[in-house]
Amino acid sequence: MALEDLYRDVILDHYRNPRHRQPLDAPDRRAEGVNPLCGDEVTVELKLEGDTVTDVAVHGQGCSISQSSASMMSEAIKGKTRAEIAAIAERFHAMMTAEDETAAGLDPSRPGSVLGDLEALQGVRRYPVRIKCASLPWKTLEDALGPAG
Amino acid sequence: MPLLDTTAIRADFPVFEDRGLHFLDSAASSQKPRQVIEAMAEFMAHGYANVNRGAYRLSVSATERYEAVRDKVAAFLGASSSDEIVFVRGATTGINLLAHGWGSLRLRPDDRIVVTEMEHHANLVPWQMLARRTGARLEFIPLGEDYRLDLRDLDRLIDGDTKIVAVTGMSNVLGTIPQLEVILTAARSAGALSIVDGAQLVPHQPVDVSRLGADALVFSAHKMCGPTGIGVLWARPERLEELEPIEYGGDMISNVSRYTATWAPIPHRFEAGTPPIIEAIGLGAAIDYVEKIGRQAIADHDTELTRYALEALAEVPELEIHGPADTASRGGVISFTMADIHPHDLATILDQHDVAVRAGHHCAKPLMEILSVPATARASFYLYNTIEDIDALVAALRNAGELFGVI
Repeated sequence: MALEDLYRDVILDHYRNPRHRQPLDAPDRRAEGVNPLCGDEVTVELKLEGDTVTDVAVHGQGCSISQSSASMMSEAIKGKTRAEIAAIAERFHAMMTAEDETAAGLDPSRPGSVLGDLEALQGVRRYPVRIKCASLPWKTLEDALGPAG
Repeated sequence: MPLLDTTAIRADFPVFEDRGLHFLDSAASSQKPRQVIEAMAEFMAHGYANVNRGAYRLSVSATERYEAVRDKVAAFLGASSSDEIVFVRGATTGINLLAHGWGSLRLRPDDRIVVTEMEHHANLVPWQMLARRTGARLEFIPLGEDYRLDLRDLDRLIDGDTKIVAVTGMSNVLGTIPQLEVILTAARSAGALSIVDGAQLVPHQPVDVSRLGADALVFSAHKMCGPTGIGVLWARPERLEELEPIEYGGDMISNVSRYTATWAPIPHRFEAGTPPIIEAIGLGAAIDYVEKIGRQAIADHDTELTRYALEALAEVPELEIHGPADTASRGGVISFTMADIHPHDLATILDQHDVAVRAGHHCAKPLMEILSVPATARASFYLYNTIEDIDALVAALRNAGELFGVI
């Protein structure tokens, strides 16, 4: 696989211009994630109304994969309910661990797919040591959301 | 200066038969020559028995071979006696032994422990913990210009209150070889226990403890063509006599009664339990291998590669080197960053070009803070590396720069 398929423009765009990076004033939930092996850090802050994430901030430092994944995740989950977020997370993890594109549930011809920009990270699955970079923001989000209720 | 005959040397390392690998991570751990692999396999197949037990001939000869490695290490380091050589698990274990077995008993509140700002965690965290246990203060010789130590404050740092001075022989991040003679002389005048972390130095430079001026030196076999699981603590015999064992059990005792025990003479009192016998045989073979090539020749080879690399890397746009700009007092370790490309991304891209480098904080997080970077990528050289390895590194870095649109 060519490196160009790993470091796609959309990944570099999110790395250099991360979305939702401003910390929230009074977040309802907050969690910090760190990958001690390589030092990637991600903080997730959430505003919740009932089951809906009404606002989100992600910040931290690390490689382009972890930081772009955090930025894309913030766009994908804002305004979504817990159930919707769980479905996106499931699709994302399926994409990370899938053998091929079909197994990953990716259909490039289908507009408005649930993952959006996150599909650009599909190349990461060919680099097993980097999957944990892409997954770190999602693990941190899980910690921030905690159990429902 | 001529380079080593790397064609012949690389033929000794089976890993290089496997594929076109540009292995630039020897500062983390070196590759192994077949001389070491075969010595360990032969010993396991035909020479193995536990040591120090033997009424039977196989154990006697295994003990002789194990102790012969101690003699070999003593000669390798210029020690005056094999009794000064303690086999440990590695440099980290040697430093922890000194911190617990010497420091815990002798340090008092407000005593001082001095290290440098460029220590590996192995020569930092044991002293942090010793300071916490005893109330001693931990202080740092600072990094100065051109990534070398600033010794202007040395008189204040190392005085009568200073009980331990522990300094790296070569930085695993910067490549800097510190002004050991000045620091160790000051430590000696102050009566402090002086320790050199030789993890990077010993595999790459001639080291003679009879002239080094330190009380203790540690190194690991695995960075010197040897196996994991064994390293060496050398110390002056009077310092070893002051050192309390921190592990107790078989082999380290002289006499045991129901409630008390007395210790074996040095160095055996520090080697409780069955030692790493097979690994010791591997260490012996590694010393033979390194000595056959010659430590000065290895040092010169490192210097030539470093000179070439520093010049080649200087031509790569957006590349910043974190370490001395010339080869004076410097080993073959080069840390770098490139524009806003994270070192882990650099390492992934380089790996796709079969260039193996390390990326991360290199077990030196406080130093990363001083350098104002979260991490660096690091290329390090050893006796099997070639100019072609560095050319491959430079080409791969250019590709990384293009992928990220910074060059």
